[in-house]
Amino acid sequence: MAIGLTWTIDDADTMTQGEIYGQVLTRLGEENPLIVALTADLAGSTKIGAFQKKHPERFFNVGIQENNMIGMASGMAEAGLIPVVSTFAAFAALRSAEHVRTDLAYNRRNVKIIATHSGTSFGQAGPTHHCTEDFAVMRAIAGMTVIAPADAFETAKATAAVIAYDGPVYVRIGRSFEPPVWKNLDFDWEIGKAIELREGADVTVIACGWCVYHALDAADRLKQQGLSVRVLDMHTIKPLDEEAVMRALVDTRRIITVEDHNVLGGLGSAVADVIAQSGKGCVLKKLGVQDSFTPAGYPEDLMHINKIDADGIEEAIGEVMKRDFEQDEDWEDEI
Amino acid sequence: MAQELATPQVEHAEGAPSRADEIARLKSKARQIRERIVTVTEKSGGGHLGGSLSQTDIMVALYYKYMKVDPKNPKWEGRDRFILSKGHGGLGHGIILGDLGFFPEEELDKFGKTGSRFGMHLDRHKVPGVDASTGSLAHGFGISLGFALGARLRGFDWHTYVILSDGECQEGTIWEAAMCAAHFKITNLTAFVDRNFMSIDGPTEEIMAIEPFAKKWEAFGWRAITIDGHDFVQIFDAIETARAETEKPTVIIAETKKGAGVGWMEQIPKWHYGGLDNEMAIRAMEAIRKYYEK
Repeated sequence: MAIGLTWTIDDADTMTQGEIYGQVLTRLGEENPLIVALTADLAGSTKIGAFQKKHPERFFNVGIQENNMIGMASGMAEAGLIPVVSTFAAFAALRSAEHVRTDLAYNRRNVKIIATHSGTSFGQAGPTHHCTEDFAVMRAIAGMTVIAPADAFETAKATAAVIAYDGPVYVRIGRSFEPPVWKNLDFDWEIGKAIELREGADVTVIACGWCVYHALDAADRLKQQGLSVRVLDMHTIKPLDEEAVMRALVDTRRIITVEDHNVLGGLGSAVADVIAQSGKGCVLKKLGVQDSFTPAGYPEDLMHINKIDADGIEEAIGEVMKRDFEQDEDWEDEI
Repeated sequence: MAQELATPQVEHAEGAPSRADEIARLKSKARQIRERIVTVTEKSGGGHLGGSLSQTDIMVALYYKYMKVDPKNPKWEGRDRFILSKGHGGLGHGIILGDLGFFPEEELDKFGKTGSRFGMHLDRHKVPGVDASTGSLAHGFGISLGFALGARLRGFDWHTYVILSDGECQEGTIWEAAMCAAHFKITNLTAFVDRNFMSIDGPTEEIMAIEPFAKKWEAFGWRAITIDGHDFVQIFDAIETARAETEKPTVIIAETKKGAGVGWMEQIPKWHYGGLDNEMAIRAMEAIRKYYEK
C-alpha cells in the first residue's frame, strides 16, 4: 500500500507518532475524497486536526459528545463516506462502547476509530484517562477488528490499511510518544498478520502497542546471555494471528504476552484462548495491568510498575525459563 | 442518477388528488395498518402495541405520501432515508414495509419468531427497507444526523426522516445530537417526536419530566412545531413547513396517544408491550372499527 510519504527514523525523532498519523490521514484524504474526519474537541491532542487544515469541509469537530459522534459517523457511512473518528481511548471504547456496538458493528458501517492516549500512555492524567479495558470491550463486539500498532510507522501503515478495509475497525494508539520500533516505512504490514521481529527458539514474547519496543529491548539484552527470544509484534488483537501463536507454542513452549492493558480480556486472554483450545501444554505468562487501576505518574514509570517494560519482561522470561519440559516430541502425555 | 421510481404514491398519482381524498386514502391505510398491528400481535404472541399504534399516522403520512422509496429496489441510492430511533416501534414499521411490498407480507405472521427475519426491533440486514438497525434508545437520532450530513457532503438530494419517542428524549445523547444538528445547520433532516406522554413505567412527566419540551428544542437551536399527531392535515402542514426550512433543523412534536385506535389500550402504560389472545384481538378490532366510525 503506497502511502506516498517517505519518513525515516530521523523524522520520528522530531515528529510524534500522532503527528505522523495526522499527516498520513491528511495525505490519504487527498487521494480519497470519501474520507471524513471527526473528533470530540480533541483535534489537537489526537492529531486528527491535521486533516482539518487541508480538508476543512470534511472535518467535523462535534465538541465534547462522543456518543453522538459515533452515531453520526455511522450515518455518514450510509452516504458512502469513510468516517475516521479520533478521541481518547477511554471515551471511544468505554463511554461510547454501546454506540460502537450498535451503531457501528451491528449496523456494519464502514467507520474507523483511531483511539489515542490508550493504556497508561497518558500516565500523569490518572486512571480516568488511562484505558486498560478497550481490547476486552472491543474484542467482545462481533465484527469489530481491533488493532494496536507498535509505533508511528505502524500507525501510518495501519491507517492506510484500515481505510482500504471495508468494515468497522478500532485502532488504539498511545499518547503518540511510542518509541520507534521501525526505522522507516519499508516493511510489509497486514491486518491480522503478526510480524516476527526477532527469531528465537527458547521463549516467545508476544507484544502489542508500545510494549513491542520493550520486548525487543529485553530480547536483545537476553541474547547477550545466550537466550534465544522470539518476539512477535501482534499488532492485530482481532482477528488474532492464531497460526503465529501455534507456531510459537510448538517451537518454544514458553509464551509471554505483554500489553498495556488489563491482563483480563486483552491480548494475553486472546492468546490464552488459542493455547487452551489447542490441547497442547505450554507455559503462559500474561504481563499487563494486573486487574488494578494504575496510579498517576510518568508513563515510563507506570510501565515499570506494571512490569511491562524491558525489565519486567526480562524478569518474566527468567521465570518461565525455569520451567522444565520433557525433552520429547510427544505432546500427548502432557494433556 | 435519475432512476425510475416505483413509489407507492405514483400508483395513486392519477391527477392531483384533492386533500380530502388524500386524507381519506391515508386514513383508510392507517386503519389497515392498525388492524394488522392487532393481527400480527395475536399471531406472534406479543408486540409493542402502544408505540406502534401511536406512531401509525405519522408513518403512514411519510411512507404513503412523502417519502421516495422503491420497494422493488430497497437499496436505491436516491431514496429518502428513514430511521425509527424508537426502535421498539418495529412492529408498526415492519407492517408498513410489508404492505408496501418490501418483502412478502405474509412473513409478518412470524414476527418475532425464531427463524423469521423480524426481531421486535428491526435489523437492517434482514428486513429490506430498514435503513438502520435500532432498538437501544437514543442511537437512531445521531445516525440520522450522519445520514443527512453525509448526503449534504456528497450532494445527494435525499431527505432523512427520523422518529424519536418522547421517553427516549430523557437520554443525554439526544441532546448531544440536537445541539450538533443545529450547529451544523442540518436542514435536510426532519425529526418527529412521537409524544405520547408515556414510557414503560408510566407517564413521562411522572417518571422523568421532559416539559417544557418544545422550548428545550428551541433552546437547542431547532424550529419546533407541535401538532396533533393523529391529524393528517396538521401532519402534512408540519412536514411541508419543515421541508421548506433552510436555516435550522425542524422537529415536529407530534402529540399522540399511546395505543391510539384501540380505546381500551389508550394511555395505559401496560400496553407498551403486550400479547393478545383471540378474544382480545376481536375486541381490539372492534375498538378500531369504532375509532374510525367516530
